[in-house]
Amino acid sequence: MPISLDEVRHVARLARLELDEAEVLALQGELNALLGHFADIQGIDARGIEPQSHAVSLQNVWAEDSPLPSMPRSEALRNSALTRAGLFVVPTIIED
Amino acid sequence: MITRLSAAEIAREIAARKVSAVEVAQACLGRIASLDEGYGCFLKVDADQTLAQARAAQAKIDSGEAGPLAGVPVAVKDNLSTEGLETTCASKILKGYVPPYDATVVSRLKAGGMPILGKTNLDEFAMGTSTENSAFQVTRNPWDPTRSPGGSSGGSAAAVCAEMAPLGLGSDTGGSIRQPAALCGVVGFKPTYGRCSRYGLVAFASSLDQIGPLARTVEDAALLAEVVTGHDPRDSTSLPDSTIRSDGLKKSSLKGVRFALPKELFSDSNEPGVLEQVQAAIETLRREGAAFGEVSMPSIVYGVTTYYIIAPAEASSNLARFDGVRYGPRAEEGAEHVGVVERTRAEGFGHEVKARIMIGTYALSAGYYDAYYLRAQQVRSRMRREMDAVFQGCDAILSPTSPVVAFKIGELSKDPLALKLLDYCTIPANLGGNPGVSLNCGFSGGLPVGLQLVGPAMADERLLQIAYSVEQALPEAHRRPPVP
Repeated sequence: MPISLDEVRHVARLARLELDEAEVLALQGELNALLGHFADIQGIDARGIEPQSHAVSLQNVWAEDSPLPSMPRSEALRNSALTRAGLFVVPTIIED
Repeated sequence: MITRLSAAEIAREIAARKVSAVEVAQACLGRIASLDEGYGCFLKVDADQTLAQARAAQAKIDSGEAGPLAGVPVAVKDNLSTEGLETTCASKILKGYVPPYDATVVSRLKAGGMPILGKTNLDEFAMGTSTENSAFQVTRNPWDPTRSPGGSSGGSAAAVCAEMAPLGLGSDTGGSIRQPAALCGVVGFKPTYGRCSRYGLVAFASSLDQIGPLARTVEDAALLAEVVTGHDPRDSTSLPDSTIRSDGLKKSSLKGVRFALPKELFSDSNEPGVLEQVQAAIETLRREGAAFGEVSMPSIVYGVTTYYIIAPAEASSNLARFDGVRYGPRAEEGAEHVGVVERTRAEGFGHEVKARIMIGTYALSAGYYDAYYLRAQQVRSRMRREMDAVFQGCDAILSPTSPVVAFKIGELSKDPLALKLLDYCTIPANLGGNPGVSLNCGFSGGLPVGLQLVGPAMADERLLQIAYSVEQALPEAHRRPPVP
């Protein structure tokens, strides 16, 4: 089933993307073209095939739980558009 | 002219004291200054930093503690973090971002005395195959500046092709090293997943991304691979004992080397000129003693779908970090949290990145996960099994790298799906984690045609040896582009 304009807006909200109406329309067309192509794997008999999420066989790679020198705070903050008192400033999430 | 030499030759000249690391860096910087306006390979060049690194390299060489490629400079794709040098991923959302640390591959270049010439253009966040999706500039193919160099590592490939840099680093998620190598007529090598640390590579699709070299010869690609690969505790997918050794490369015949030819990669989806050149190369290699057998890997036809579900799904998660708080420009203050994040991302990401985030979010969303993401992972599993079976009977899979030669800039950018469908030859190696290399096998209409070899996982050295022998047998492997 093709994606509706409302579904495009819903997915954009999930993805934290503000879209204008022209973009919603353009993306609806592009997503439907891609999903149309994706139909080819729906017919495959996938029973009994383990899904593979990764190409390496490594499992449970743990790091030693020991402190290492970290980056100076000023370096970590340097690229932020907005900092105060040695901290990142985030938009208000909880009102007083 | 020093810039015309291979990396191995430059290293020998430096070791013999015929030229200094600083002179080599100056020669490359001079060529970039005079040529790059016409090609748009570099997003950022900082000559002072490059020359300081070249002086440090020369000091190491003089004290006898230098690595094999000391003094040979490298062009670095702009999705690899470089301390003190702007790293943008060709995206407005990282405009002005100066990383406080080096990617592991960059640390290794520096430790090996290899100066960084600059940061090269790419499709935004490496999402594309034409280098047209950069937020900042278009890169042009040295064989014909009206055409694309391929992508997404198009800046590094074109810089190496036009002899602005002897070596380049790229990243390959679905073919982004091998395809631009093919379209520019140079060598591109994607190592086995896990052999090259991804620490400091801005993540696109973490289960597929792998860093690797672009070079003008297989030997150079192998030499650079040895410098940048190896275990890294900072990347939890880094394999133990993963350094790729280059010292075993030797001129040896192809007698007894067995190539599999998957019929799905030789279909009429390829341009006739591409098929002709690859078939002619096969005949040449057969005369050199190589054996060929046709095989079938039915899942290859589902590769594009599988890739364009898995990669955007991973990207939609990886790119969630770009919220304007820790780096990059931030939309105006005052609004509530979600609004600021949504607007920052709307202003910062280009259209193709938004489209891929959208498709990935959709494929992972409630109600669609099983139909898309889970199913794609099952196809990935099946493809891996088919490849493993093929490798029981051959040393490498041989095919075209790209079904087309370099296309006109703008020709395919209006049809995003058509452009994606061109990736089917390179995608299987990413889904399986296999090593793959592309080298030039001939020309169609004056444009390079790439030959791809894919090997079993961890058989990188063997694959490079085979590619080296193939390169020796193919007379067109090293033709120069019409660049002054």
